[in-house]
Amino acid sequence: MDARDLLHLAWVITVLPAIGAVVLLLVGKRIGEPNAGWLATTLMGLSFVASVIAFFALHSLPADQRTDFARNISQGFTWIRVGGFQVEFRFYVDPLSSTMTLFITGVGTLIHLYSLGYMHGDPRYSRFFAYMNLFAASMLTLVLGSNFLLTFLGWEGVGLCSYLLISFWFERNAAAVAGKKAFVTNRVGDYGFMLAMFLIFQHVGTLSYGALNAAPHLSQTTVTAIALLLFLGAVGKSAQIPLHIWLPDAMEGPTPVSALIHAATMVTAGVFLVVRAHPYFTASDHAGTIVAWVGVITALFAATIAVVQNDIKRVLAYSTISQLGYMFLAAGVGAYSAAIFHMVTHAFFKALLFLGAGSVIHGLHDEQDMRKMGGLRKFMPITASTFIVAWLAIAGIFPFAGFWSKDEILTQAWIHNDYALWAVGVVAALLTAFYMTRQVYLVFYGKERWRDAHAVLGEEAPSEAAPVPEPHESPWPMLVPLGALAVLSIFGGLVNLPFENAEWNLLDRWLEPVVGVATSPDSFVQAFVLSLIALAVAGAGIFLGYRFYAEGLRADGTDPVVEDLGGFARVLEKAYYLDFALARFVSGPVTAFANFLSDTVDRRIIDGAVNGIGSLFRTGGTGLRKLQTGIVRNYALGIVLGAVLLMVYVATRVTF
Amino acid sequence: MDYVIFFACAAAVLTGAFGVVLARNPVHSALWLLLTLVSVAVLFLQLEAALVAAIQIVVYASAIVVLFLFVITLLGVDQHESLAETRPFQRPAAIILGALLFVSILVLVHGNRWDTGAHSTRGALDPARTGNVTALAKSLFTDFIWAFEITAVLLVIAVVGGVVLARRSGQRAGAPAGEPPS
Amino acid sequence: MIAWVTPTYYLTLAAALFVIGAVGLLVRKNTLVMFMCIELMLNAANLTFVSYARALNDISGQVIVFFTLVVAAAEVAVGLAIIVAIFRRRQDVTADDIDILKG
Repeated sequence: MDARDLLHLAWVITVLPAIGAVVLLLVGKRIGEPNAGWLATTLMGLSFVASVIAFFALHSLPADQRTDFARNISQGFTWIRVGGFQVEFRFYVDPLSSTMTLFITGVGTLIHLYSLGYMHGDPRYSRFFAYMNLFAASMLTLVLGSNFLLTFLGWEGVGLCSYLLISFWFERNAAAVAGKKAFVTNRVGDYGFMLAMFLIFQHVGTLSYGALNAAPHLSQTTVTAIALLLFLGAVGKSAQIPLHIWLPDAMEGPTPVSALIHAATMVTAGVFLVVRAHPYFTASDHAGTIVAWVGVITALFAATIAVVQNDIKRVLAYSTISQLGYMFLAAGVGAYSAAIFHMVTHAFFKALLFLGAGSVIHGLHDEQDMRKMGGLRKFMPITASTFIVAWLAIAGIFPFAGFWSKDEILTQAWIHNDYALWAVGVVAALLTAFYMTRQVYLVFYGKERWRDAHAVLGEEAPSEAAPVPEPHESPWPMLVPLGALAVLSIFGGLVNLPFENAEWNLLDRWLEPVVGVATSPDSFVQAFVLSLIALAVAGAGIFLGYRFYAEGLRADGTDPVVEDLGGFARVLEKAYYLDFALARFVSGPVTAFANFLSDTVDRRIIDGAVNGIGSLFRTGGTGLRKLQTGIVRNYALGIVLGAVLLMVYVATRVTF
Repeated sequence: MDYVIFFACAAAVLTGAFGVVLARNPVHSALWLLLTLVSVAVLFLQLEAALVAAIQIVVYASAIVVLFLFVITLLGVDQHESLAETRPFQRPAAIILGALLFVSILVLVHGNRWDTGAHSTRGALDPARTGNVTALAKSLFTDFIWAFEITAVLLVIAVVGGVVLARRSGQRAGAPAGEPPS
Repeated sequence: MIAWVTPTYYLTLAAALFVIGAVGLLVRKNTLVMFMCIELMLNAANLTFVSYARALNDISGQVIVFFTLVVAAAEVAVGLAIIVAIFRRRQDVTADDIDILKG
């Protein structure tokens, strides 16, 4: 069996978690805790193994054959064949999708393992794992799909699972509402994706990825339209402005969900789509610029909001939005492999951050407000140390993974001569370091505010009978993934060190057949100076964070930065009142418009027309009914009338 | 001479017809009908249709008119009927249509020559002066035998139908079983 | 030897007779009188047939009249039976009152 045959079996990667989902949905309750969790985790692990095998199989092929669409495609079947429209249900393994599957299944397995501990005791335990497996299957369909429609199928699938998992504890109204919000906001973006698919089919004739190289031959308007519509879908899925509103609320879901879906995988689907469809973006003159600017503005915007958030998960949510902005910045300037690189490292450290936050929440018995934390380093050492590793990675400190990937993005922005983008990105990096430092110090250092949190926030004092419980370290299924991800966060950068002369930029070269050669800096000095600036900015951010938050909150329990920013802090806290404005807009003009449509258009015009036809017939019938008098003489009159008409007709015809 | 007979009979026919339509008393209508029928029979004779004329007298003028009179007196509906018209437009429409009908028929009759002169295969009206009855019988019992038999069946059906319709629903107590009332 | 009057006269007479019968049918309300008007119309038709039989020198015209007479007789019998049956219900034979088919 040679490498190609293995690639033909790529569907195994997707089918394994799908089987898990089906089995757990049908008989999950009977399997019960903890076997349902082990089943799901094992299947994910096997899927990871399959991904690794596929990776090596692909690697064994010479570089120019790795993107051979016709031959690197798995077994499958023809899904749709209508007229001139044909869609194959097959999976396509190329360097890009193989990379994605590796970290999706890898991080996914770790998070499944973590959930074994986190979801312990939940009444709907097996349902949770069913949804997680279903999510994994959908996400793998998304990245492995051989055409836009399969990707869209996976896209919708992950949207569905996101909804199911966000509102997993649906007894809480906030969770149910957040789930709906996520789904509806996604839908707005999906609209763009669908329109893009229509355009692609109209101009190219097929949705298959094998036809991507037709993009440069289309007109500028078409290509830009397709690119921007695809980007609209990405904006919805990856929570960029203005469709970012669902991600912070999505934190209502269990923390493993936040880690898997809203940090490592689903939200990266938007970036994946842009990279996969990059021929359209490179062919268009302006689409890339728009993408990059939306990305970097989002990065800055979200970073500012994260500075004043008090919920440990919300900070991370806005951080995710911000980091996704970086990925779009990279994709927008054409540095696709840099975007993927950051996606991979971000998956590592953001998942680690979320899982660590979950560990903290678990240890403090479901406390999420950072103002009630502090000094947890003593009680949860492993959690603390892994969290610190992730912190350094996301801040961009050498030699952690985040440094390499974020630096790569900023360098690429500079050498594409987008200096404005670079500058905004640098400011956002400063803020990133700052708010992450704030978070670390508030949670793990300083005074143990959770002991008398009640006094700080005005709740009643604990009595002797109910003393404040001490936080405890989490069980081993939760700690192992933390450790694994920490290792990856430290060494993940090795995947793509920017020393191309020594051929250490493995990822760049791996992705070359797909996205083309990455632009390199003009000289080593330029690259070195840019990296130094990035490092300095990160260091400055950390230093500022330390300055403000070394002792945690102030003595009176107020947050120094929040106080200093005054009114502006409130604006930030409410996320620039965007949600508020949106709610007002929907309940005001949108509802009014909907009412107009319902009352006037629907009821009067349309119903009126339909009913009008009915009443027209009824009036006609009532009128004609008068002919039926029941009196024979009248009927006889009718007969005579008919006879006369016939006679007259014949008489005129015959004689004239 | 023929014209005299024709116009006399024509006058009688039309008088009878108007009488039927315009008489208030149904019995009077029946009598006017009788006049019309007899005059038509005379016209038949003039048209060398002797058998038909005879049958007209025997069946129409006597049997049918007598039947009418029986029913009128049986039902006792010989009261005067009001001549007011309840349905609007009925009378004017009827008169107009009648006029139109008359005119169109006239146009058809006068404006064309319907008698093309082609000889029918059925047989001449009065070949070799054998007599109208013979000619009619010959045609009836050879060419039209099928219709003739069917007509017989039709008459039986009519009789049965008449009996059934006129029977009172259910047998009255005291009436002899199986005997239909007259 | 009977010299004949041209058929046209007979046809005109028959037409007039027919029209009078038709108008009478439409105007009168007494069912029995309506029936008699129908007989008038039938006679008009018979007259037409016989005059054409004469004009075309064809015996079938008279055969048709023969059959028409028979059918008319049967029809009268049945029709009067119907009228009798109606009368038993309603004690009245005014056509206008029998409007059960009214829509």
